[in-house]
Amino acid sequence: MAQEHKLEIFRGRWKFKSNTQKIWGVLWLLTVITAIEVVLGIYKPAILMDIWLDPFEGGFFATLGNIILSPIVYMKPLNLIFILLTIVKAYYITWDFMHIRDETSSMRKMVVWTSVFLIAYLVFILLQEGGYVFHAYHGEDSIITRDF
Amino acid sequence: MDSTVASTGTEEKTWGGGNKPLRASYGKLMMWFFIVSDALTFSGFLAAYGFARFKFVNEWPIADEVFTHVPFLHGQEHPMIYVAFMTFILIMSSVTMVLAVDAGHHMNKAKVTFYMFLTIIGGAVFVGSQAWEWATFIQGDYGAVQTNSGNILQFGEYVNVDGEEKFKRIAIEDIAIPVAGDRVEHDRSNGLWFTEEAPLPLFSVDEIYTGLAANDNIRVRTQYLDEDGHKTVLSRSESLRQIKENGKLVVKGANLKVNEYGPTLFADLFFFITGFHGFHVTVGVILNIIIFFNVVLGTYERRGSYEMVEKVGLYWHFVDLVWVFVFTFFYLV
Repeated sequence: MAQEHKLEIFRGRWKFKSNTQKIWGVLWLLTVITAIEVVLGIYKPAILMDIWLDPFEGGFFATLGNIILSPIVYMKPLNLIFILLTIVKAYYITWDFMHIRDETSSMRKMVVWTSVFLIAYLVFILLQEGGYVFHAYHGEDSIITRDF
Repeated sequence: MDSTVASTGTEEKTWGGGNKPLRASYGKLMMWFFIVSDALTFSGFLAAYGFARFKFVNEWPIADEVFTHVPFLHGQEHPMIYVAFMTFILIMSSVTMVLAVDAGHHMNKAKVTFYMFLTIIGGAVFVGSQAWEWATFIQGDYGAVQTNSGNILQFGEYVNVDGEEKFKRIAIEDIAIPVAGDRVEHDRSNGLWFTEEAPLPLFSVDEIYTGLAANDNIRVRTQYLDEDGHKTVLSRSESLRQIKENGKLVVKGANLKVNEYGPTLFADLFFFITGFHGFHVTVGVILNIIIFFNVVLGTYERRGSYEMVEKVGLYWHFVDLVWVFVFTFFYLV
């Protein structure tokens, strides 16, 4: 009772003859991504360590721009690359190892959208709050001080 | 079956149970529900890590300075290498698992057995590595002094490496000079009601101060980042003053109360997150062993379906998926 598998990744740009071959292909992909992460993590190229874009200053639209562009305004490019590569890895583990690619699309959405929405919300709330607490200690008008 | 189960004659109809919601079996669907809820638990932990890190953003430990050890390579610093190895082991065991599932679809008992066995080995190697990582972290390397308000002061000296001034850490064992009259550990024999106390720290702050005063080259480094993103190294006079006035406790290694690398929360979250993940891996290995024996005994061969391997496989891949995120947020970012 061999089940149906879609034997392609990258939207059909990389095709495989059998499911076993696809598994090794995905392993190859995950290994390459991990290797890139490790090399970047060890050498930390200076060009990726500085934030590319300073936050906009000024009124409402500057704030809006900062929110929309927050991954490049508030994050080091290196960290952004790490997070994007992690999401790529997570995608291939879920889609090809957990075979969610072969489930019905409603089931896929049920699992993926629920988690993605709730996790994004949780992360947003906690990081926002963490930043606020930092400013309560270290901001210009901070209300709490520590004398070492 | 007909003699034991009442038949209503509607089994093949949608409302008679003749339909699988989302075309997935009950077991697989429930495993997916569990995975979604477990993913939320893990993301709660990781988001809490993000919170703590944002709160202490200018004094958070740099993972490259904390996890530098590789088994059998004593005294050498190889940041990332061992964790990368662990990640690879876990991805490999995920691959053998998915190969076992695939062999199960082809009803190939020998192959399922072989790949399940490899998966169990991979999981065991990973848990062992995790335990080693914990032991190294708990033991610590250089030691530090904790201040009254919980900040960490580390020691080191400037050395010339290829014409470049670099800050090289010095261990507290190499600094401390024994001072007579220090407090000794109490035991039962010198107290009426007293039974025992926790072991005293290796050195007292006084001993560290004496050693620091005697060596002109040693300086104190705080955890706060300067403008260039490096941890601040204090001047000689400031170093002495900090230890004298604010030094409270000598710490070595990390546990749930103190952490020589920086904020205690770093250690707490490390233990909680990698511990929770390690617990999941351990559970996964146990489940895999149970399924492995079922495969060997031919249970699934008789049942005509290797779906149990698939369900356990889903859990095992999930554990791998979580590790990918733990790896990024603990060791890379």
